[in-house]
Amino acid sequence: MIIIGEKINSSRRQIAEAIASGNREYIQNEANVQSDAGADYIDVNAAAFMEKEAEYLKWIIEVVQEVTELPLCIDSPDPEVIKKVISLVKKPPMINSITLEPSRLDGILPLVLDYRATVIGLCQTGNQMGRTAVEKVEIAGRLVEKVTSSGISVDALYIDPLVFPVGADSNSACATLDAIEEIMRQFHGVHTVCGLTNVSHGLPNRKLVNRTFLAEAVARGLDSAILDPSDKQLLGALRASLMLMGKDEYCMGYIKAFRKGLLA
Amino acid sequence: MSNDIFEKLTKAVLDGKNKDAVSFCREAVEKGMTARAVLENGLMPGIRKVGELFSIGEYYLPELLISGKAMQAAVAELEPLLNAGGGKFHAGKYLIGTVKGDIHDIGKNIVMMMLKGNGWEVTDLGVDVPPEKICTAIADGDYDIFGMSALLTVTMPAADETVKAITKAGLRDKIKIMVGGAPVTQEFADKIGADGYAKDAFEAVNTAISLTGKTR
Repeated sequence: MIIIGEKINSSRRQIAEAIASGNREYIQNEANVQSDAGADYIDVNAAAFMEKEAEYLKWIIEVVQEVTELPLCIDSPDPEVIKKVISLVKKPPMINSITLEPSRLDGILPLVLDYRATVIGLCQTGNQMGRTAVEKVEIAGRLVEKVTSSGISVDALYIDPLVFPVGADSNSACATLDAIEEIMRQFHGVHTVCGLTNVSHGLPNRKLVNRTFLAEAVARGLDSAILDPSDKQLLGALRASLMLMGKDEYCMGYIKAFRKGLLA
Repeated sequence: MSNDIFEKLTKAVLDGKNKDAVSFCREAVEKGMTARAVLENGLMPGIRKVGELFSIGEYYLPELLISGKAMQAAVAELEPLLNAGGGKFHAGKYLIGTVKGDIHDIGKNIVMMMLKGNGWEVTDLGVDVPPEKICTAIADGDYDIFGMSALLTVTMPAADETVKAITKAGLRDKIKIMVGGAPVTQEFADKIGADGYAKDAFEAVNTAISLTGKTR
């Protein structure tokens, strides 16, 4: 299971303030907390700053790499920004993200090759998001084709089947879960990844919905997630579901996480 | 008696009971009540109450949606009668769309449903709508309000560009402009020169009413 720590994101108010005021300690603490909790990548995002995005993202990358050895997940909707900052990374990064939109494919796939990076592919064309399982799987197939025909190995691709609020459409979470299963079955070697918070939009007790969704997604084959690893209940649900799915030999991942006090 | 049926209608909307809302509408009309009275005394208090409950966090998104659907079904039942009176049925005309570069539509669709439930005639331009298309729609139509949604920080500038395009096309005085979406704030709305902002679907209805003075 690949865990991408989501906390250093400029759409969060405290992070945006820390970035704007140059508060290194705050950002570094967020990196350490996630690294200690078992993150495999640290997501870094400054997209809320628009024209200053590249400048701030460079700063974040430097600040985060001072305190952690973990690779980064460079999170920007703008291929130009990714191009400007990627040379600063010390380890092969993950790039977040491509869609089927040609400018994003053309801008980012060469960087994936050059930097031996991995990449998140959203089940989204230039003007349409995959809503049904069939649409998601169809777009996933085209992403696999685009990525592999560029000379990139299929296991560098993390397909995000997109998660929509179940409160707005009772079938939307099921569509995502079905797509995860089908994508993992059809495209051998590819990974699936998703964020969790969108699923519970508009509902009470959101965290319960988020972690239950994660457990169900893991049961369908999800092998990566963008989440807050310092959320002990969420990590608890994750470690327990991996164990129950036979993906934790001798249950040692679960036991070790428990001993470190990471589960609740 | 009339109070009784109005209460039942209000409750049907509050509980999101589609069939009840429609059958109570029929019952009320058969008993000789005017469609307008049924709407104003039975249905509207229900949908307003739903709005209040949602805005204080007691009602959740799915409840908002099913109440909106019950309201729409009931209004559809009454609509021929309301129109037969000869008076203008709709509160006002609303043009809506998601800004260029943004393909999110869930929030926009919820706003549409609430507007329709509250008597607005809504025309949907869809998602990823270029400013030129919006200007053409405004020029060719007689809308009271154009409302746009921007769900991403990176697509917020498109809302600004849209307002500028409307102004440049000489259409700014023809229409009121509203803006909404997760990252949008009142300050942003003020900065780009929009007339109104709403943080959620219910506030959108209230803002629409206060901008135009139009309620049904």
